[in-house]
Amino acid sequence: MPIMTVIYALLLYGAAAVFGLGVSYRVLTYARTPAPLKIPTMPAPVTRTGVVFRVAREVALFESLFKSSKWTWIFAVMFHLGLLLEVVRHLRYFIQPIWFWTVLVQPFGVYGGVVMVVGLLGLLGRRVLIARVRYISQPSDYLMLLLLLGIGLSGLAIKFLDHTDIVSFKAFVLGLLYFDWQPLPDSPLLLAHLSMVAALLIAFPFSKLLHAPGVFFSPTRNQVDDARERRHLAPWAAQLEGAGDEV
Amino acid sequence: MAKVEFKVPAVGEYLEIPDLQPGVMAKSAPFKAAPRHQQALGFPGELVENWEERAVAKLGELLSKYRSLRVHLDACVKCGSCADKCHYFLGTGDPKNMPVARQDLLRSIYRRHFTLAGKLFPRLVGARDLDPSVLEEWYSYFHQCSQCRRCSVFCPYGIDTAEISMAAREILDEIGVGQKYCNEILGKVHTIGNNLGLPAPALANTLEGLEEDVKEDTGVDVRFPLDVQGAEVLLIPPSADFFAEPHIDGLIGYAKVFHQAGISWTLSSYASEAANFALFIGNYEQMRKVALRIRKAAIDLKVKRIVVGECGHAWRVAYSFWNTLAGPFDFLDPRYPVPQHIIEFTHDLIERGAIKLDREANDHMRVTFHDSCNVARATRMGARPGGQFVLPREVIKASCNHFFDMAPETIGEKTFCCGGGGGLLTDELLELRVKGALPRMQALREVQQEHGVTHMAAICAICKSQFSKVLPYYEFPMETIVSVHQLVSNAIQLGTNS
Ligand code: HEM
Ligand code: SF4
Ligand code: SF4
Repeated sequence: MPIMTVIYALLLYGAAAVFGLGVSYRVLTYARTPAPLKIPTMPAPVTRTGVVFRVAREVALFESLFKSSKWTWIFAVMFHLGLLLEVVRHLRYFIQPIWFWTVLVQPFGVYGGVVMVVGLLGLLGRRVLIARVRYISQPSDYLMLLLLLGIGLSGLAIKFLDHTDIVSFKAFVLGLLYFDWQPLPDSPLLLAHLSMVAALLIAFPFSKLLHAPGVFFSPTRNQVDDARERRHLAPWAAQLEGAGDEV
Repeated sequence: MAKVEFKVPAVGEYLEIPDLQPGVMAKSAPFKAAPRHQQALGFPGELVENWEERAVAKLGELLSKYRSLRVHLDACVKCGSCADKCHYFLGTGDPKNMPVARQDLLRSIYRRHFTLAGKLFPRLVGARDLDPSVLEEWYSYFHQCSQCRRCSVFCPYGIDTAEISMAAREILDEIGVGQKYCNEILGKVHTIGNNLGLPAPALANTLEGLEEDVKEDTGVDVRFPLDVQGAEVLLIPPSADFFAEPHIDGLIGYAKVFHQAGISWTLSSYASEAANFALFIGNYEQMRKVALRIRKAAIDLKVKRIVVGECGHAWRVAYSFWNTLAGPFDFLDPRYPVPQHIIEFTHDLIERGAIKLDREANDHMRVTFHDSCNVARATRMGARPGGQFVLPREVIKASCNHFFDMAPETIGEKTFCCGGGGGLLTDELLELRVKGALPRMQALREVQQEHGVTHMAAICAICKSQFSKVLPYYEFPMETIVSVHQLVSNAIQLGTNS
């Protein structure tokens, strides 16, 4: 087994574990922390179903961002939609035989990569050019965009310049999944691409990428407007009841 | 009173996003609470010795109690959508008044102490240690947020800077650095029952005087009952309604509505305050204590319904939190929502034809409506979402012939705060208040020029006081601001139905 294969196999296992455990831990923390008061940003839906649609619109359409800034919205949609298409496209490395709908996505996937990179450049441009956004940016905010750009550009380079041996790469990936390691194709671009993906996975649970799970847990978006109809009481708040009350 | 030296922002053709002017508002800070104000609420009298430790511990406690805080501190991607949405930023240009930058004042400490990235690479993720300069910044800029939630409307994750500034103020109280205005007032509510510190005999006197005034004005015996057992409705108004202009005209309006509808009602001398300032300092226990006073008054007076007067943050606490804090209200008449807003109450009477209004009585006015931030973004009226925008407008339109809305991006859910909410309605913050009113003044100027609007109605005691104070700085007459029930009061036909 070539040494690179061993190193990358271990790196990817490690990254996947950090990602999986880290995000699960974070999500569990969110789920376990009570929301003691009703604080939906009004007007809010008055039913659970309405709330499901509200959160779905935030996730799928970036509704609030659209209200706020059309340019940011355009770049954000380009980046995220591009990323989503790419992720779906990459599924072909993980499944055998390939599902029918992942085949359909393949041709769009290529555009996905380009659209994602353009979106990222737009977001980076905003961050550098607009004084307000520059003011609130930390080094990690730039690094995150650069990392994603690096992933996107190296991916496109593999596709258009390098033509890595896809068949043996798929064998490597399936090998990882079934604990039957196969050699990793020897391409510097591919190694760079994979290293950056691993870095992204590792950074995910410790960074602002937590906005992805976070959007589902934000009380201002996921609460029903029914405060008058239903009494809402957190466990720690319930403990205050009766203790020293005059009523 | 000597005017504070500052430049009133120019009202231009349209609202411009200002250039960043770092530090221009760094000196703005409210007076600190005296030890006795602090101790009356169970907070340390002055800055405690190990304050860094206590502050971090309190932050940890709040993180485990409030999901909003935990998620909102984690989720921000620094997209900047909220940056130009805050009236205090728009009015001052101080970048720390951009909502995300305000959050970062606390987030930087959160990251340092509660996240791996901030512990390992503080510089990379903007984490920092607590030191006296951070404390000073907190005290200054967390008292430049009126907790109006406008930023939360535009944030893709609904991150609510109000939640963050409430948490920050709670930490400040915990380490002994409270704000005088809020904490002194809370002491008065706990002991006397209202923010003014108006004792029962003085209140009775005021109400008697009002009865005489209305009698003189209209010839009708409109009552202002106090502590009447067995009344149908307990009315909880903001205490400003008892003395300030134009608030008091609103109170007269409520009384005429009750009179004309023939529904018995009463005020309570034990709980004569709708406003709950504990909201501003983010303190659940204090907020609960104030709310329980109202529950007790309702039980003692054996009323069937509770109606809340024109007060913005008060309606937030009443609508969204009372059931949680002081519920269940199963001793009241289940046919009515608990609590009800006076606008809902009057609106219902108008719809049923139970009161008659003569619009022409207000023909000398051309009216617009200021959606109060907390009514707009933290409550509802009526059965449908958005009723908080519709019902007050319908009541106004039933009371006057000339109504004009301000620009759509400045009303409804996108309404601008008056500039004085969230516990900032105090004289030492006048510069902030005047500058923070800029977006609203801009929108008002537009309807004044386009439609000849002469008056702006509001349903919040803070809005009314704030506008009375700042309108003259923008060369509007102080009397521009009116109560919605003042319009009703002018238009209502007393004695037309028996
Ligand atoms: C539930 C899924 C997700 C939703 C609803 C979502 C939504 C958003 C929105 C609304 C923004 C703000 C606009 C912007 O600056 O682009 C944003 C920013 C961002 N998202 Fe996501 N996102 C999701 C998943 C992801 C994932 C999986 C990644 C990366 C692996 C990601 C990476 C980013 C980055 C890096 C930014 C900041 C862009 C900048 O610096 O301007 N997002 N996201
Ligand atoms: S809540 Fe209102 S005052 Fe506070 S930061 Fe947001 S927009 Fe500004
Ligand atoms: S809009 Fe929300 S995510 Fe964007 S910078 Fe403001 S608080 Fe952060």
